[in-house]
Amino acid sequence: MGGRLRSVWPPLLIGFLFLAAWQLLVIVQDLKPYLLPAPSLIASNFFGDLGLMSSTAIYTGTTALLGLAFGTILGIVAALLAARFSIVNNIVTPLAAGLAAVPIIALTPILNNMFNITSRTPRVLVTVIIVFFPMFVNITRGLLQVQPVQLELMRSMNASPRTVLRILRIPNAVPFFFTGLKVAAPLAVIAALVAEYFGGPQEGLGSRIASSAANTAYGRAWAYVVASIILGLLFYLAVLAVERWTAPWVGHRRST
Amino acid sequence: MSAAPTSTVAVQAAGVSKVFNEGLANEVTALQDIDLSVREGEFVSLIGPSGCGKSTLLRVIADLTHPTQGTIEVAGMPAAAAREQQRYGMAFQQAALFDWRTVRRNVELPLELQGWSKDRRQARAMELLEMVQLADFASHRPWELSGGMQQRVAIARSLAVDPPLLLMDEPFGALDEMTRERMQNELLRIREETGKSIIFVTHSIPEAVYLSDRVVVMSPRPGRITHVVPVDLGPRNEDTREADAFFDAVTAVREALRGHGGGTVRAKAGEV
Repeated sequence: MGGRLRSVWPPLLIGFLFLAAWQLLVIVQDLKPYLLPAPSLIASNFFGDLGLMSSTAIYTGTTALLGLAFGTILGIVAALLAARFSIVNNIVTPLAAGLAAVPIIALTPILNNMFNITSRTPRVLVTVIIVFFPMFVNITRGLLQVQPVQLELMRSMNASPRTVLRILRIPNAVPFFFTGLKVAAPLAVIAALVAEYFGGPQEGLGSRIASSAANTAYGRAWAYVVASIILGLLFYLAVLAVERWTAPWVGHRRST
Repeated sequence: MSAAPTSTVAVQAAGVSKVFNEGLANEVTALQDIDLSVREGEFVSLIGPSGCGKSTLLRVIADLTHPTQGTIEVAGMPAAAAREQQRYGMAFQQAALFDWRTVRRNVELPLELQGWSKDRRQARAMELLEMVQLADFASHRPWELSGGMQQRVAIARSLAVDPPLLLMDEPFGALDEMTRERMQNELLRIREETGKSIIFVTHSIPEAVYLSDRVVVMSPRPGRITHVVPVDLGPRNEDTREADAFFDAVTAVREALRGHGGGTVRAKAGEV
């Protein structure tokens, strides 16, 4: 624990030094805000309208959370099927890989036309698709990568495939699940945010960054960027917290 | 051990062969014409170089793989039925404990699969942990234990449903020499307390001799039994390892492994 705390300080210090250098650069070079606003300007915008910042972040966060939830559920279901039936695995895995190669976010305008642009649906859908791939791939791997000796043990105890799934494969997949979630959670925020650039309701971070920049409110645009970063971090930290709480064995591997 | 085993048969293998990749270019005869009979309460070791089929033989007995030919009976029933009815417990070189379960819940696993109630299996697991002297570690996680301790948990787990037979595949192979000798004494004590029949696969000649009533020597390509060396050293203790009779038996097994002599090599029975 002490080691953890100590490992937190160096990045904080670097971050502080970086901000100080940035501020100094803006003052010394007399940079205009449209080029690069000073941290102080961003901060005053951020803290000056904290209520709006948080409600905007909550709007985008809700989209991201919905997408993350549905994408994760979809990933779990597909992975369970893929682990149980090799046919499903053979069909879904290439499909999932193909899906990952599609520039999903570029599909947003099309999805906006297919679904109601004034609703959250197209954005959630984009997020779901983005989240699905890392979840599916990681969970499938966790379900299938079981020590052969553990499988033999289960067989020696006369366990049915269903029991093996429940007792061995699913718990074995938990660390893999969290690996996927640590990738997927910040991605969900990015997907939800970028999807907002393509029109629709204006109360999200992506919409507000775009409109602030268009209105030459650069300090404000950057303040929303800061809010986006915080939102992404919150998602990531929430995953870490849940992992610690529900799966304390993760990260401990025994030697034999 | 000198304790007279009963005449009942624990394991009976008759004409067992196992061919992998039959009919293909990479066909391997892992076992050929194996006849082996293990009496109830007997401790039999299988020893031989890599590829001699000793692990395969153990797996055939455990019904983890099927023989190409021949029959296996465990506790008077076909191997498959014996597995389904949990008539044996198994331990491997890897402890194969589940990280997400505490030590106690690892021992409970076979009981859970048998549908025991929570109270009963907790009590039974604690009894077994008591036996392997790990009761204090019941609520620890496997990774907090040393290799030897993990292996003791695995042995406790293999004894959980109180099967008459233990099948052990190099269970001490990954342990250092000191731990290994301690574990051997531990296993003999557990055997003394429970009266199990044990089939034990090992690479180590002294280990086989120290533990066994009979050492079954196997040779590879094709895997078959070449010698059976009876070992009569009386009750084991630390002096046994330095007794002349012990070294005689070790020599007998070593020569059998080198292919000297034919049929059954007799180790001299000696007082310790």
